[in-house]
Order: sequence, then structure tokens, then C-alpha cells
Amino acid sequence: MYFDSLHALLTMDGHGAYVWTAYGVTILVIVAALCAPLRRRRRFLLQLGAELKRAQGVAVGSTREER
Amino acid sequence: MAAAMWSFFYKLGSPPWLYAISGVILRWLLPGTLLALAVGMVWGLLFTSPDFRQGNSYRIIYIHVPAAVVALAGYYVMALAGAISLVWRMKMADVAMKAAAPIGAAFTFIALFTGAVWGKPTWGTWWVWDARITSMLILLFLYLGVVVLYEAFDNKEAAGKACAVLSLVGMVNIPIVYKSVDWWYSLHQPASIKFTGESTIDSSMLYPLLLMIASFYTLFFCCLLLNIRAELLKREARTQWVKKLARVVGGH
Repeated sequence: MYFDSLHALLTMDGHGAYVWTAYGVTILVIVAALCAPLRRRRRFLLQLGAELKRAQGVAVGSTREER
Repeated sequence: MAAAMWSFFYKLGSPPWLYAISGVILRWLLPGTLLALAVGMVWGLLFTSPDFRQGNSYRIIYIHVPAAVVALAGYYVMALAGAISLVWRMKMADVAMKAAAPIGAAFTFIALFTGAVWGKPTWGTWWVWDARITSMLILLFLYLGVVVLYEAFDNKEAAGKACAVLSLVGMVNIPIVYKSVDWWYSLHQPASIKFTGESTIDSSMLYPLLLMIASFYTLFFCCLLLNIRAELLKREARTQWVKKLARVVGGH
């Protein structure tokens, strides 16, 4: 490892704030880019699943009434 | 050989096949990509020497350059998909074009943001209106333009056409981004890695950089597949295979 101490790693001779900000924001953007489509897909499937369940319930209910 | 190729293209046009195969690919590629990114970042941050002139601020190169390289490559993906959907009316190409736009915007944003944060300690300024940086900003607007334009139309077929035309017209910006550091004298340095001739970067810095470039490429591909999958489900909502999937996820 290049740095002698945790302090040296964090400050990086005065460049620490820039370097860590750049890496932090990059990681945030990557996480957001990965999570957004995963969440969108899951929400869609749950919503469609609930709709299908409701439609099935209505269909079952109406056949019972007919009897 | 040709038959195998045509059957591959035929399958690409089949949403359930594309959904299934992309799921298999992602199961391996996504964890691998995240691991490679972590290794590359730790390598660049902790195990390389500082640049003899820039000091430690140069460590931003390990995310700045890969993000910029892939932001440009992603534009080819988007424009090519747009061209295919325009010419051959292939629906999956339209899905791919729509899926590529927000990811390209995210990568371009990373390149611009890390560039600004790198510029402050190195050039003494967050931002200059030089050719490279301005053309990258235009690239961001082109990506965002496709995202917004797609949503602006109620008729999705018209939206796809308009976005394909926009992304193709935007191709003129790509050579400007590439050549800007050679054509105009600016603060931004020219490329250090060259395919022809000697690279002007030490191999101890080059290897982690190449690893990061490779992982950003696979990251883009993973994000593209994830977006394509989400979009596929929405477009195929009335089909049996999507309903079956929704019943499984919905737990009944």
C-alpha cells in the first residue's frame, strides 16, 4: 500500500477531499443506475400480479353469484 | 454459420428469449463487474504511486477516463440501435435505444463531475468552456434529450422515430469529442493511452486503468440489460409469459 497511515490515505496530501468526493459520487451514481431498473421491474411485476389476482377474484365472485 | 447467425438475430427479436438469456448473463456478469470495480478502485486509490506532477489528485483518472470512454461508446450503441429500429423496424432495437439513453447520461455525468473535481486542484478551476468539456456537455444533453423526447410523445412509435433521428444527428458530436484535444489547444490533456505508438503512462498506472475501463464497459452492458428487461416487461404486459412471471413474483 502506498499510504503509511489512515490519515495519509484520507487527506492524500491535500487532495483527499477532491479524490474522495469524485469516488463517492461515482459510486452513488453507479448504485442508482443499477437499482433504478431493478426497482422499476419489481414494482411493475408486483402491480401486475396484484391486478391479476383482483381480476381472478372478480371472476370467481361473479360465477358464484350466477349459481 | 450464416444460418446460426440468422437464428441468433431471430431469437434477439423474441422478448421471452431475450428476457431469459439476459437474466442468465446478469447472474454472472453483474457480480463479476462489481468485484472488478472494487478491485480496480482499491488498486488505483491505495496501491499506485502518485503522479510526479499532479500528486494524488490524478487518482481520479481511474474513474474519469473509463466513464468518459464508455459514455462515448454508449452513444454508438444508442445511435446504432436507433438506426436499426428506423430502417428495419425491429422493436427490440427501439427498446435498446431507449434503455441506453439514461445510462449514457449517467456515465457522461460521472465523466463531467469527476473532471470538474479533478480540475480544481490541477488547473485551479472547476470548469472551462474548452472544446472537450463543452462537447461532453453536449453529449450529456443529447442523452437527456432522448430520455425526455421519448416521454414527450403519447404515440410511442413516433417517439421511437424522433429519438432515433435525434441520436443519429447527434453523431456529429462524437468525432468532435474525440478530436477536440488535438484540434484546439486547451487545458485538457491529450490521450495517454494510444493504440498506435508508445503510451505515455507508466505500466503500474496503466494496468489498474485498463481494468477499470473493462469493468466500466461490462457495467454499461449490465445496466443496459437491466433497463431492457424492465422495458420488455412493460411492453409485453398483456402476454402470457409476463403474466406468469407476475403471478410468481406476486406470490400466488
